[in-house]
Amino acid sequence: MIRFLLNRFGQSIILLFIVTVITFFLINLAPGGPTGVMRMDASPDERQAVIERLGLDQPVIVRYFEWVGNAVTGDLGTSFNSSEAVVERIAERLPYTMELTVFTIIFSVIAGIILGVISALKRGKAADHVINFSSVIGLSVPSFWLGLMLILLFSVELGWLPSSGVGPRGADFDFGGWMAHLAMPVLILSTTVLPNIVRFTRSSMLEVISQNYIRTARSKGAKEFVVLYVHALRNAMIPIISIIGVLIPRLLSGAVITEAIFGWTGIGTLIIEAANGRDYPLIMGITVVITLVVIISNLLVDIIYSQVDPRVKNMA
Amino acid sequence: MLGASIKEDMEEQHRKKEKRRFVLLTRLKQNKVAFLSLWFLVVVHAVVFIGPVLWPITPDELTDAGALAGWTLQHPFGTDDLGRDVFARMLHGGRVTLLVGLCAMLFSLIIGTIIGACAGFFGKVVEAVLMRITEAMMAIPNFFFVLVALTVLGTTPFMVVLVIALTGWVEIARVVYGETLKWKEYEFVEAANAAGASAKRILLKYVVPQILPSIIVSGTLAIAWAILTESAISYLGLGIQPPTPTWGNMLQNSQQYIWTAPILGVLPGVAITIVVLAYNFLGDGLRDALDPRFAKK
Repeated sequence: MIRFLLNRFGQSIILLFIVTVITFFLINLAPGGPTGVMRMDASPDERQAVIERLGLDQPVIVRYFEWVGNAVTGDLGTSFNSSEAVVERIAERLPYTMELTVFTIIFSVIAGIILGVISALKRGKAADHVINFSSVIGLSVPSFWLGLMLILLFSVELGWLPSSGVGPRGADFDFGGWMAHLAMPVLILSTTVLPNIVRFTRSSMLEVISQNYIRTARSKGAKEFVVLYVHALRNAMIPIISIIGVLIPRLLSGAVITEAIFGWTGIGTLIIEAANGRDYPLIMGITVVITLVVIISNLLVDIIYSQVDPRVKNMA
Repeated sequence: MLGASIKEDMEEQHRKKEKRRFVLLTRLKQNKVAFLSLWFLVVVHAVVFIGPVLWPITPDELTDAGALAGWTLQHPFGTDDLGRDVFARMLHGGRVTLLVGLCAMLFSLIIGTIIGACAGFFGKVVEAVLMRITEAMMAIPNFFFVLVALTVLGTTPFMVVLVIALTGWVEIARVVYGETLKWKEYEFVEAANAAGASAKRILLKYVVPQILPSIIVSGTLAIAWAILTESAISYLGLGIQPPTPTWGNMLQNSQQYIWTAPILGVLPGVAITIVVLAYNFLGDGLRDALDPRFAKK
């Protein structure tokens, strides 16, 4: 286990290095660059002063390593546009994104496994075709369009759900309002991962059902219910856990659009603000944090995986 | 005697090769949905590439019908908020959207195949470096990258295609890498190596042709992905800019008129969905057709 963790730690450092290098050089070497965002009427003197204050007269490589030096100590710099610390701005927004993605994962896993199992057990029948067809549709609809249609239906037409925002927080927090604000964003975000979980569950279940131990279970007279849900599903679940790790980056990608549709003040809308405002320290900060989120959640998935699968557990 | 049997052998080999080339199409024909999707896509591409030439109204022309006019014979889909013919804009928009999809896919295929094949074939340091980069790209939620890249690089059509391609190659690289590892162990590759063929020749003449079917599958799914991504970045105003129509920016523009002229949003939305759907069905069908287990069924 310790060796596994050390190995993982090493990989994560390399990953962070590659991701930050790509982003840092992209935003600093692009035409316009950080100096291009100053007001048009800035005099050459003012321009020079800002360049010196931000250290932009240094070569990019030097600046990158300075940035890394600060980042290692937890200092991601100061936001260009709001002069707040980048860390603070991210810390303010990240919980909302986590909330959205965690609920989406829970919903997608439960719904995905149920639909996938139905699809596998009714293989070739109408239910299977309907589920298969719907999952391809889910993968093919532009999610923002679907989101707008849902807003039209549930918020404007029926007036059941709020069209945007994260709902009342802090002292006025109420559970019903919270769930109502979460409902549509979670549904839209789940279209990015749910179809994959359904398909994966289906094929995993089909694979397991054809195994010898299922035939053994049947032939020793176990009830069909026990065979399917105790013997088969438990084994089919193991690979499903591993696909969740793969889907996390995609989920976070989808969160950007989902947050934009529903005015959800998470890290997705923050990156849009940062990109529009050319807030370079904030862009770098978000890139690092989002990569860390991916690394940590993948680690969690692997740990769960090793606990669930006795083969992996005993090997470690 | 010996000569004749060698000749027969070669003919047999040739027949097998011919058969393998068509096996994909034959198997695809058995999958009705996928085969229908293929035909549908052929028709759609023909319509959006030939249609604009035949349709007399240009997409930027302000017609006499006025703004947000209903459906008439002259304007089968009515007019938009500026009085432009929606049918013409759908045709031209489709052309741009599908071209973006096709170009982004081609770029992705080239990048992905080169990286995947080199990593698999050369191994060692090349493999370590290329695959770490691939894994890094897989771990970054790519929409963050697309967003930042387009903001700093600008939203010209070329940049839109390039940025979509730069995030779309990863899956292809992974597939090609796995396949290259498999095929480079085969005798005919070893034989070519022993005969002194260069690495470039071995890759291009012996390895890549074997992987081609998998590359086609990945490419089909990559187009679907590219079209969806273009529409998503259009939603954030970072896609190809108006007045050049794309289905994505038409959809984005239609939002303001969702009450007065809902059809403006429905048309491009449905067009994107069914084209992406058809590409996904086709990709899935091709994948099933390539699956060695298919033969057993």
